[in-house]
Amino acid sequence: MSRTHINCTINGDETDFLSESGGSLLNALRDDVGLMGVKEGCGTGDCGACSVLMDDRITCACLIFAPEVEGRTIVTIEGLANADELHPLQQCFLEGAALQCGICTPGFLLAAKALLDKNPDPTETEVRYALAGNLCRCTGYDKIIRAVLDAAEGIRASATSGDAA
Amino acid sequence: MDYLAPITIEEAVGALASTSDSRVFAGATDLIPQIRSGRPEPGLLVDLKRIDRLTAVTEGDTSWTIGAAAPTSGLTENIAFSRQFPGLSEAAGLIGSDQIQNRSSLGGNLCNASPAADSVPAMIVNGARAIIATPDGTRTITVDQVATAPGHTSLEPGEFIVEFEVDKPPARTGDAYLRMTPRTEMDIAVVGAGARITLDADGNCTEARIALGAVAPTVRRVTDAEAALIGHPITDDTLSAVAAAASAACDPIDDKRGTIAYRKQVAGVLAKRVVKLAAERAAGTATENGAH
Amino acid sequence: MTMIDENPTGAPSYKWVGSRSIRPDGLDKVTGKARFGADLTLPGMLEGAVARSPHAHARIVSIDTSAAEAMPGVHAVITAADLPDLAEAGAKTDDVFMSEKILARGKVLWEGHPVAAVAATSREIARAAVAAIEVVYEPLPHVLTVDEALADGAPLLHAEMITRGVDPAPKTPSNAASRVVHERGDLDQGFADADVVLEREYTTKPVHQGYIEPHACVADAGQDSRANLFVSSQGHFSLRAMTATTLGWPPSALTVTAAEIGGGFGGKTTIYLEPLAVRLSSKAGRPVRLVMGRDEVFKATGPTSGSRMKIKMGVTNDGKMTAAQVWMAFEAGAFPGSPVGAASMTAIACYDIPNFLVEGFDVVCNKPKVAAYRAPGAPIIAYGVESIVDELARSINMDPIDLRLANAAVEGTQSSYGPVFPRIGFVETLEAIRDSDHYRSPVPEGMGRGVASGFWFNIGGNSTATVHVNEDGNVNVIEGSPDIGGSRASMALFAAEEFGISVDRISVKIADTQTIGFNDVTGGSRVTLATGKVVIDCCRAIKEDLCRRAAKTWDCEIGDVEWVEGQAQHASGTETPLSLAELAETAPRTGGPISVTKSDNVRGAGAAFTTQLVDLEVDEETGVCRVARYTTAQDAGKAIHPSYVEGQMQGGVAQGIGWAFNEEYIHNADGTLDNASFLDYRIPVASDLPMIETIVVEVPNPGHPYGVRGVGEAGIVPPMAAIGNAIEHGTGVRLNDLPMSPVRLLDAINQRNDG
Repeated sequence: MSRTHINCTINGDETDFLSESGGSLLNALRDDVGLMGVKEGCGTGDCGACSVLMDDRITCACLIFAPEVEGRTIVTIEGLANADELHPLQQCFLEGAALQCGICTPGFLLAAKALLDKNPDPTETEVRYALAGNLCRCTGYDKIIRAVLDAAEGIRASATSGDAA
Repeated sequence: MDYLAPITIEEAVGALASTSDSRVFAGATDLIPQIRSGRPEPGLLVDLKRIDRLTAVTEGDTSWTIGAAAPTSGLTENIAFSRQFPGLSEAAGLIGSDQIQNRSSLGGNLCNASPAADSVPAMIVNGARAIIATPDGTRTITVDQVATAPGHTSLEPGEFIVEFEVDKPPARTGDAYLRMTPRTEMDIAVVGAGARITLDADGNCTEARIALGAVAPTVRRVTDAEAALIGHPITDDTLSAVAAAASAACDPIDDKRGTIAYRKQVAGVLAKRVVKLAAERAAGTATENGAH
Repeated sequence: MTMIDENPTGAPSYKWVGSRSIRPDGLDKVTGKARFGADLTLPGMLEGAVARSPHAHARIVSIDTSAAEAMPGVHAVITAADLPDLAEAGAKTDDVFMSEKILARGKVLWEGHPVAAVAATSREIARAAVAAIEVVYEPLPHVLTVDEALADGAPLLHAEMITRGVDPAPKTPSNAASRVVHERGDLDQGFADADVVLEREYTTKPVHQGYIEPHACVADAGQDSRANLFVSSQGHFSLRAMTATTLGWPPSALTVTAAEIGGGFGGKTTIYLEPLAVRLSSKAGRPVRLVMGRDEVFKATGPTSGSRMKIKMGVTNDGKMTAAQVWMAFEAGAFPGSPVGAASMTAIACYDIPNFLVEGFDVVCNKPKVAAYRAPGAPIIAYGVESIVDELARSINMDPIDLRLANAAVEGTQSSYGPVFPRIGFVETLEAIRDSDHYRSPVPEGMGRGVASGFWFNIGGNSTATVHVNEDGNVNVIEGSPDIGGSRASMALFAAEEFGISVDRISVKIADTQTIGFNDVTGGSRVTLATGKVVIDCCRAIKEDLCRRAAKTWDCEIGDVEWVEGQAQHASGTETPLSLAELAETAPRTGGPISVTKSDNVRGAGAAFTTQLVDLEVDEETGVCRVARYTTAQDAGKAIHPSYVEGQMQGGVAQGIGWAFNEEYIHNADGTLDNASFLDYRIPVASDLPMIETIVVEVPNPGHPYGVRGVGEAGIVPPMAAIGNAIEHGTGVRLNDLPMSPVRLLDAINQRNDG
C-alpha cells in the first residue's frame, strides 16, 4: 500500500505526516498525528463525531481522503481553546451540562463554532438545523442547543463591549 | 489506492486514460461509504476539486455556470443564485448535514445516480445542461440524460462532468423542491418533487416542468401533470389533476424506506404542494420557503 | 425547568447537593483529552478484526484460516478452538451460551455471529485477513420473530431447549426458553365487574441503544496468562468476570480499566470483543486493539426485543380498573435472556388492580442476542398498557390523568410484582402534569395531545468506594462505577455536602479492578443510589475519625466534638475550630493518613415514576408527525445534580420519540439486517425535536440518606404510548404497532378516510 507525504497546518502548527493514499483524514489524525479528540462514530458521515474544520468549513474527517488536506488548514477539538482560555462554547457546554458521555462533544463544539463564525445570532431553529449532522444520544439535544445559544449571546456581548473599549 | 489531484481538465482526462481502474470524485460523500461497505476499491482516485473550473460558480448574462465539484454550501450561501433559483438552492441544501454540504456537489449528486438524489429533479425542471469532459474535448447533454439506472450513468469511461449550465428563468417563473423524509435532516428522500412554473399576467400557467425523485429507477418528468396545468390557473382542481398524474407516473419499489403505495400517494401530495409553492414564487406571493 | 419539592418544610436544606456544579470529567471532554475505548495506543500494538457469519442460521462445516495466517503482518488468528469448550467442561448453560455468543461453535445463529478473529499490524491487513478466512456453511432455515419461532414445526436454534417455568415441563424442545407469571385475584370476576372491557394486540420491533461510541477495547496479555484490558464498559468488574469465564481464566488474572464510555444505555453491560482481544493478545504476545464499525454495532451487539403482546383490561364507568390480563412474547435473539421478566414486573405496576394475570415468554430467534436497554422491557409493555389505558379513559369519557389518579399505586399498595410500595411519587407526577402550564394550555389547532406514565423499580446492589483526605485537606473519592451520565458529579456533591467544603476541593476517579473493591455494573439506575451510599458512608466514617483526632488534639471526649461546615468544633466553643486542612496537615501525629474504604450490598432502592405529555402535529397527507411540545415529570427522590437529572429525563424522552416514529431493525427475508447504519436506523437529530420541558418531582426515597431514587431509566418508558395516544387524539386513528412510521400512519389515515 503506497504512502503519501502530506503537509498541512493542524491547530496552527505546520505539520507533515505519512498516510495511506486511500486512508481517511480521520484515521490519519488519530493514528498518524495522534489527535484522539477526533472520534469515529460511524465512518460514513452520518453522525458528525469526527467533525473537524478544514479551511474554516465544518466537515466529517471520515469522508476526506488524507491526501486531500495537502496545503489545507485543519482545526480539531484540540485546537479550539486559546492556550489557557477555553472557547466560550467550551465554557458554556461545561456550565450548561451540555454533555453526558462526551463522545459527540468535540464534533458538536466544532460544528457550533462553524455556525457562530458564520451566523453570530442564530435562532433556536437555525442552531438545530446547523447541528443536525451531529448525533447525540444522551441529552435529547436540549442543553446543547441552549449552550450554543448562550455562547452566541456571550460572544456577541463581548464583541460589543470590545467595540466600546 | 493511489491518489491524484490534477489542476487542469486535460491532466485529469489524461490520468483517467492511463488506467481503466480509476474513479473521479468530488466530495467522496458517497464514495467512501461505498468502499467501506465492501464495494471494490479503485486503483486510482482522481480528485477534481483542485481544478478551478470544477469548483467555480459564475453568473453570466443569461445563465449560471456551476462547477460540477463546487460544494453545495457555495450555492445555498450565494444570495443571487438562491434568489433566482430558490428551488434548486433548497434542493442542493438538502443533501446532508452542514458537514456534507461543504463536500457534496451537483456533479457528485447526479453521477452517484441515485433515484433519490435531491438536486436532480430541481436541475431537470430548470433545464440544466451538463458539460462533459471527454478524451476528445467536451460534449453537452441535458441533465435528464445522465443517469440511466440506479448507480449507472451515460458517461463513458474516462469522462466526467466539468460544469452545469442553467439558464436564468424567464419572468413570472418560480421553482421549488420538496421531499418527504421521516427525519427533518440527515435522510434520503422517500419521495422528492421539483417544479418550475411560469405564469402569465393573468395567473394562467404558460409553462410547467415537474419532476419526481425516488419513485422510479431514475428521476421522472411528469408530462401529464405539466399538461394539466398549461393554460390554466393554479386552482384546487388543477392541483388535484397534478396529484393524480404524478401518482400515476410513479413506478416505485418497496424497500426499507417506503412502500409502493406510500410513494405513489405521497408523490401526488408533494407534486401538488411543490407546484403550488413554485407558482406562488412565480406570482411573487410566496410567504415561506419550501425547505425548513 | 421546574422543581417540585413535595416536602418543603420537612426536607433538609443542602448547600452542595442540589446545586449545578461543573462535572469533574467535563474539562477533558470539551478539550478532546478524555480517553474513550478506542483511544489507547500501546507500543507494538496490533489491530484486530472479526470474521462474522453472513447467514442468519447455518451449520459451520469447516473453517480454514491458513491463508489468513500466511499473510504478511498477521500475528494471530483465533476460532472457537482457541477458547475452552464450556459445554464440554460442564459449565452452566448461561455461560455456555455466553461463550458461544463470543465465538460460534458448530452453528452460527444470526447474521454477524463471530466465527473467527485476527490481529495484524494494521486494520487494513486485519480486514484483508478476515476476508481470507474460508468458512464453509450449510445454511439452515431461520426464524426472525416470536410468531415464526413459536410456530408449529419451527426450526430450533437450540435442539435441547425445554421451556422453563411451565408445569408440568414440556416434553419436547422449542424456541420458548422460559415463561414468567404474576397473578392475583379472580380474573373472571374482575372482568365481570367491569363496565368496559377492551382487548388489543400490539407489536414492537427490536431497537438499538444507539450509543455513538462503537464497542472498543485494548488487551495486553503477558506470557503468564494474565492481562490488562482497557475497555469502554458499563461495568468493568462484571466484564472481567464474563471475560474470564469465557477464557477459562480466574477473574483476578485480568486487570480491567474502565475507559470513558461513549454512551451505553444498557448496551455495554455485556461482553463482545473482550475475550477475543485478550486471546489474540495472548496468542500474538503483543497488545491488541479491537474496535467495531457501526455496521458491526448494529448487526452484532444487542438491541432490545421485538415483541408481540395481547392485553385485556376492564374498567367501571366511574373509572375503577377491575382486571388486567397481559400476555407477551419477547424476542431474546439467538440466546435466552430477553427482558420479559422485567417487563412482566413493570407491566401494570403503576396501578392498583385487584385482579390480574401477567404472563411472559422469552423466545429465541435468529437475531443478535438482546442486551439491556434503558428500563429493559418496561417501555415495550408500557406501549401496550398505556395505550389501552388511554382508550379506556376515552371510552368512559374520563380525563386520562384522572383515570390514572383514580387507580394509582401509592404508599402501602402491594405492587403487581409483590412487594408493598413504601413512599412513592406516582400521584405527584400525575398532579405535576395535570397542573403544568402545558396541560392547562389549550391543545393548539390541528394538533393531538397524549399523556402516558411509566415505572421502573430501580436497583441498588454492590458498590465499593474509598475516600482519602490529602495533606492539603482536599478530598479524593475513588469509586468503581463507570460514569455514563454524570455520576462523578453526584459523588463530588455528596462528598462536598458531607464534609461541608467546596465541591472544587473534591476529585473523583474511577479505579481499575485491581485498585478498588467489587462494583456491580452501572445500570438499572443504581449508581447515584448505591455507590452514592458507600461514598457517603466513607465520608461519615472519616468525619467521625476527624472528630476523634480533634478530640485527641484538644484532649477531650469525642462526644464533645462535632463536625460543622468543614471543621471540627468543640461543643463548648472554648477551642479554636480545626479545619479539614489543619486536621489533614497534622494527620501523621493524630493517627496517620486519613482514608476510609466502605463496601455494601445496598438495599433501599426507591421506585421511580414518570408522567409525560406531548402535543404533536400530524401531516395527514404524508403521515409525518412533528413533536411540537413535550413535558416530562419524574420523581427523582432528590435531584443531587439537577442538570444531569434533567439530562437523563430529556435523553430518555428523545430515545422514546425515536422509538415511537422511526427506529426499528429491518430484516430481509434471508435474515440479514437491511439498515445497519445511522442513515437508515434513524435516531432523532437536533432538528427533529423541541426543547423537552422537565418537571423534577422530589418525593424522597426513605431508603437513602439523601432520598435518592434512580433517574436514568424511567424516562424512556412512556413516550411511545404518549405519542400513540396523541396521534389518536389528533387524527382518530389508533396505531398498535411500533414504529408508528409515516407509512403506517398514512395507511391508517387512508383506512379512516375510506370509512
